[in-house]
Amino acid sequence: MKGLGKLCLCLLIFLVFTFFTPITSHCKEPYRIGAIFSVTGAASFLGEPEKNTVLMLAEQINKSGGINGHPLEVIIEDSKSDETQAVLAAKKLLEKDKVLAIIGPSTTGESMALVPIMTQAKTPLISAAAGANITQPVKERYWIFKTAQYDTSAVEAIYTYMKKRGIKKVGILTITTGFGDSGRKALTELASKFGISIVADERYGPKDTDMTAQLTKIKAAGAQAVINWSIGPGQVIVTKNWYALKMGIPLFQSHGWGSKKNIELAGKAAEGVIAPLGRLVVWNKLPDKHPQKALLKKYATDYEQRFKAEPSTFGGHAYDAFMIVVEAIKKVGPDKQKIRDYIENKIKKWPGTGGIFNMSPNDHCGLDVSAFEMVIVKNGDWEILK
Amino acid sequence: MTLLLQFLFSGLTTGSVYALVGIGFNIVYNSTSIINLAQGEFVVIGGLMMWFFLEGMQFPFSVSFSLTLLTAAVIGLIMERLTIKPLLKKGDLLLMIMVTIAISILIRGILMFKFGKDPYTYPAFTEGEPINFYGAVITQQTLWVIGITVLCIILLYLFFNKTMTGRAMRACSINIRAARLMGINVSKVVMLSFIISSVIGALGGIAITPISLMEYDKGAMLSVKGFCAAIMGGLGRNRGAVAGGFSIGILEALTAGYIHSGFKDAIALLIMLFILFVKPAGIFGKAEIMKLRKF
Repeated sequence: MKGLGKLCLCLLIFLVFTFFTPITSHCKEPYRIGAIFSVTGAASFLGEPEKNTVLMLAEQINKSGGINGHPLEVIIEDSKSDETQAVLAAKKLLEKDKVLAIIGPSTTGESMALVPIMTQAKTPLISAAAGANITQPVKERYWIFKTAQYDTSAVEAIYTYMKKRGIKKVGILTITTGFGDSGRKALTELASKFGISIVADERYGPKDTDMTAQLTKIKAAGAQAVINWSIGPGQVIVTKNWYALKMGIPLFQSHGWGSKKNIELAGKAAEGVIAPLGRLVVWNKLPDKHPQKALLKKYATDYEQRFKAEPSTFGGHAYDAFMIVVEAIKKVGPDKQKIRDYIENKIKKWPGTGGIFNMSPNDHCGLDVSAFEMVIVKNGDWEILK
Repeated sequence: MTLLLQFLFSGLTTGSVYALVGIGFNIVYNSTSIINLAQGEFVVIGGLMMWFFLEGMQFPFSVSFSLTLLTAAVIGLIMERLTIKPLLKKGDLLLMIMVTIAISILIRGILMFKFGKDPYTYPAFTEGEPINFYGAVITQQTLWVIGITVLCIILLYLFFNKTMTGRAMRACSINIRAARLMGINVSKVVMLSFIISSVIGALGGIAITPISLMEYDKGAMLSVKGFCAAIMGGLGRNRGAVAGGFSIGILEALTAGYIHSGFKDAIALLIMLFILFVKPAGIFGKAEIMKLRKF
């Protein structure tokens, strides 16, 4: 028994030393930023790279002396891909941790759930989700910003390309999730503006195993191209089915396609697939003088080194949100109102991973169709289409 | 005509897996009267372990194949010995079903830690161009999936009708007490039924992964669809599960093709409900047998 007691004592001392030393070593008061990501649950593929990115960036900033000498403390909460959890996490961050701003959440639904809370708490929220409703109508979104490109911009990029190639009839295939719903809405609403008609409008569930039936129907409807709008394994299955059916018409994917993993999984079926992608996935193909190139290179190589994984566009959204907040705090100090005003008015021609941001009182996202490059898969690699 | 054929092929592919999961349900149900809701998880184990041995460890195909089935069998065995066996004596069926749900969550969690949340795949069994059949296209892997399903059905038929062990298992499914009185080791039969059902699930997973990819949380959906297949055909009847699985798969494909893909799950399930209204014991089920069952 005596030995056990000693062991416990040793353990206690060990714990005290490991957990309590860092706090005493800082002299200036830390700046606190909150982050809410879907680290687990259905949207974990978004939350995980986002969490990793923010952890990595916070470390880098603290290593180089913090913000104006103040250490930066990032408190990351897991929303478990659930709106209720996101709301609870936000309340905790606002009331207990008294954060200056919140980054995230990862999905549109969760971001929408936080809009009233953040507005009431008069604290900036920089969401990493894509839905247009997050920042529109902008009058009612005084405190809300987002860094992910609009779905509509991705659709515009595809349609502009199609118009150039003379494609007039398309069949669309969307997943029955929030991502697919908003993509479908954007695809159908914008089609007429580009003189494109949608001849087939098909859907599939997130766990479906075969989309041959939908693709066959699209082909029978006389479409000149297929547009698939999904994230997750569905886009690979569609690609494989499209290849097996030898459809003879090009396959377009959404901006969710931008992961090397998708090419690996689809193998040679991925050849020729076209998608509008942010520049993060093709940073090494950009000309050297492109304003995004240097920061994309640093982010991509740092991330790969640290986490042994390919950086994803989603992590990039968190990168942009985080860096915007950091820059604002650096310039105006720990004042929520000033931080908000700085983001709205001073983030101009600001290169991030998602594109070049131009925030304004009328646009709390600051990205447009120019954030995308049309990218085709060739010989198992990306290639930018001119 | 070409369209119809294409929809049928699509339905047969998905239907095969539903059928295999359905058969898995039946085998366990027959020996224990419980529904093993972790059945879908074994499909995932099959796909992911096959990837692990084939791509991760770079083992040859046949070795990976056998090792995957062995892993599934061992997991099925452990599951039965640790959780079902101690509870079987109490005879609380509901409790046992709850335990299988717990196990399915546990397996999913372990798979998530081991494999992460990404989907996995490996090359099809035979490389080659898809086969054109009257204008409709069928991939070689689809033929493998259907072939493996058919082979499973034949082997199971032979096993349950021609071998002593198989007959003993059938005896248990008819009357467990009488079987025990006849000297059949019921505990062994239950164990065997879990092993067989996990191996069948894993087989389905191995075959379907090159087509549909596999990720850690695909099991729940497969469990639901496989369960529907088993119910629709008549719980406990293997040929029922096969008919049920293929009809649900084909119904889904036809709905997606001719009506709208958004309705496909709903219509397939509606038709299943309709069949159960008309024939509550399922297509091949017998009402008299249903009455004798606790579940």
